[in-house]
Amino acid sequence: MNIFVDSAGPLLEALGTTVMMAVIAGVAAIVLGTVVTAARISPIPVLRGLAFAYVQFFVNVPLLVLLILAVFALPDAGLLLPLTPTAIIVLALYEAAYVAEAIRSGVNTVGTGQIEASRALGFTLVQSLRLVVVPQALRAAVQPIGNVMIALTMNTALAAAVGVVELTSEANKLNLVEAQPILIFTVAGLIYMALALVIGLGAGRIEKRVAIKR
Amino acid sequence: MASSSTGTSTPAGTATAMVQLTDVQKHFGSHHVLKDVSLTIAAREVVVVVGPSGSGKSTLCRCINRLETITSGTIAVDGVDLPAEGRALAKLRAEVGMVFQSFNLFAHRTILDNVTLAPITVLGRSRKDARAEGLALLERVGIADKADHFPAQLSGGQQQRAAIARALAMKPKVMLFDEPTSALDPEMVSEVLDVMTSLAGDGMTMVVVTHEMGFARRAADRVIFMDDGRIVEEDTPADFFDHASSPRAQAFLSKILPH
Ligand SMILES: Nc1ncnc2c1ncn2[C@@H]1O[C@H](COP(=O)(O)OP(=O)(O)O)[C@@H](O)[C@H]1O
Ligand SMILES: [Mg+2]
Repeated sequence: MNIFVDSAGPLLEALGTTVMMAVIAGVAAIVLGTVVTAARISPIPVLRGLAFAYVQFFVNVPLLVLLILAVFALPDAGLLLPLTPTAIIVLALYEAAYVAEAIRSGVNTVGTGQIEASRALGFTLVQSLRLVVVPQALRAAVQPIGNVMIALTMNTALAAAVGVVELTSEANKLNLVEAQPILIFTVAGLIYMALALVIGLGAGRIEKRVAIKR
Repeated sequence: MASSSTGTSTPAGTATAMVQLTDVQKHFGSHHVLKDVSLTIAAREVVVVVGPSGSGKSTLCRCINRLETITSGTIAVDGVDLPAEGRALAKLRAEVGMVFQSFNLFAHRTILDNVTLAPITVLGRSRKDARAEGLALLERVGIADKADHFPAQLSGGQQQRAAIARALAMKPKVMLFDEPTSALDPEMVSEVLDVMTSLAGDGMTMVVVTHEMGFARRAADRVIFMDDGRIVEEDTPADFFDHASSPRAQAFLSKILPH
């Protein structure tokens, strides 16, 4: 266990990077995913088409490919960003597609009757989305979004492949010195599991809090 | 008909057209659903619409507040032609209350919130005023004690009364009811019809799609019989139910009236 004590500082810092990436990319993905869903169910064909294309693109390209492209191709195109922000942006864009799918399944749980009732009361489209559709869709989407957030947290590990010093890459570094892969990566895996557990429990609590009384 | 575009109502006492449909045609694709429908409904008038399933009754209601667009013809509410999509249309919809067969209450909001949401959002009323008026309306439909409940916690009859209160909160000029009691257990039908009868007594202009003949006899000024997208017959309730003239209306009545 000594090996963890000696390198506790860098490990904790790396864990901090992992958590920070997950939190920032997670929040951004939820915001962007909501916008994409709104476009997807809007009456404007161009917006609907763009949103559909967005989701299809990100669902059908591996995250690792996107990360490598962003890290190596963007600087070539003259866009210079530090590694970690680049990875966060790619993660957010990628997971937003899955968030959008989760929210869309939530939207489908809101009956057309309620939407029609809101139109009949004189709500504009935006008002009826904001006050009737989105609040109910988000409630139904809490658990699916939680699952996307867990996947996102696991996916932060891929950032190691493009040089971001997060938990997996720090574990890898430690292993190069200590050569104890089973111990080191088991501990890293347990930490990821703990993060997933926290997110899952959090989603469960939120779901209970916002559940519609029946 | 002069200067109808201003939308100001004519002096009280004059029999004015609250709803006027002129040569309305409605298609769903190639399916012709409303055929040459012309209909004038006076202010304070209560019109009951009957007819076999699929005859276009719901479509008629939905066209009056433009939940459906019409193919041709005109529909005017209180002298104003229905505007195209947009803010003006939203404003007009706010003047036409609609009650659905399936209640359609907002499931994530309390009953009182259901009633106050549109006045606050659409009319810009203050929260305080909207709540006071909302509570008064819930009182009127007999469910003030359910103000803080959620829709799914209410019976069907209570939900439908809440839906009526929600529509009334907009102070509509016309109320449309599309089979408001068809989804209810029999023992709850009368509590909803009682509310509607009292509304009719207060002078609300109403279009009611229903097969509740008791309500029609009690509250309606006129019964309209639709078949295959056309208005086939209109008459007072007494005359319609006792001696409908067209064979189609007679055939329809023989099916729904108790023998
Ligand atoms: N959204 C729609 N799309 C296509 N056809 C429709 C739609 N709504 C209603 N119809 C058709 O229009 C006709 C009239 O329907 P409706 O107005 O609901 O009749 P009613 O309320 O008298 O039972 C029916 O033949 C129905 O199938
Ligand atoms: Mg119908």
